[in-house]
Amino acid sequence: MDARYEPKILALICTYCTYTAADMAGSLRLQYPPNVRVVKLLCTGKVDVLHLLAAFKAGADAVMVSGCEIGDCHFLEGNLRAKERVAHAKELIAEIGLEPERLEMFHIGASDAPQWAKAVEMMTRRARELGPSPLRKSEAAAMPAEGVAA
Amino acid sequence: MIVAERKPFAEIAQAVSGYRRVLVVGCGTCVAVCLAGGEKEAGILAAQLDLAGQLAGRDQRFATACVERQCDREFLAELDAAAREHDALLSLACGAGVQFLAERHPSLPVLAGLNTTFIGVNQDVGVWDERCRACRDCLLSLTGGVCPLTMCPKGMVNGPCGGAVDGRCETDPERDCAWTVIHARLSASDRLANLEALVPPRDHSRASLPGRQTHAAYLRRYSSHG
Repeated sequence: MDARYEPKILALICTYCTYTAADMAGSLRLQYPPNVRVVKLLCTGKVDVLHLLAAFKAGADAVMVSGCEIGDCHFLEGNLRAKERVAHAKELIAEIGLEPERLEMFHIGASDAPQWAKAVEMMTRRARELGPSPLRKSEAAAMPAEGVAA
Repeated sequence: MIVAERKPFAEIAQAVSGYRRVLVVGCGTCVAVCLAGGEKEAGILAAQLDLAGQLAGRDQRFATACVERQCDREFLAELDAAAREHDALLSLACGAGVQFLAERHPSLPVLAGLNTTFIGVNQDVGVWDERCRACRDCLLSLTGGVCPLTMCPKGMVNGPCGGAVDGRCETDPERDCAWTVIHARLSASDRLANLEALVPPRDHSRASLPGRQTHAAYLRRYSSHG
């Protein structure tokens, strides 16, 4: 594996739970890998299969979607919809020959800052083990600015 | 509604592998409702093919378009300009739509992305059940609104075969005997006398040719169509 390889991970997270946890992780000075690029959404129910495929096309090595805990969604069932869509998208990327492990759904409550740090560590470790995405063309081409908010 | 399902990805990828610029054409009516070939599904399939092409190192471009219905010329006309810009069209319509699109672009390869499965109903989110075989000789007024051709595996039209056990079909104990359901339905609506009617043998010669029908209001205008 290329020693210089630093995984680029896109995280689509909801404002009500996981983003709050991520914010708290910052306030608590929790350390976790800087490989994750966070996009805050009102709810993970907004996440579409097309967004997930677009992230891989843009060169993401891994994508994580993280919403509220089951039963705790601010919009009642947005996180459940995201869970189903992520499961479907995993099948779609497996069909084309990309490892489905590059995509994962998490449920992290607003007060669970340590769990957010652990989730990012886990995905970063997994992305390192899997190696760079075969769809990642070059540093310049990977993850264009308009594709994700850093 | 016509129900269809997407073909296996490998089969579609193989079909488009020889073309550089492919237009994935969705259909916004039946197959959009059954989540097989609408605008969203066209977008997802194009994205998948795009990624698969990149992984295989092929120089391929996939664009998407979606028309209201591929079984109507007025909607297909919207695609004419875009079609000319592509090497192949991948239609996500039912079999009728694919054929109509191919008829309009005889010099372009028109490929099918779906398998058309049946005429059916929406049972639940993402679940469809077959209800009609398009037999051209509807018996539903007689049979209490239950189609024996569709719901009975033997297609019995003049009563049950005698193989049912406790109201279940002998071919599959999980399914109701169509004629038990018909009897219950007719009984509930006080129409059991319907069972005395004899349905004559079917004229299959009518089904051996592609059908055509002309609405009575247009017969004069299109008299040459018969």
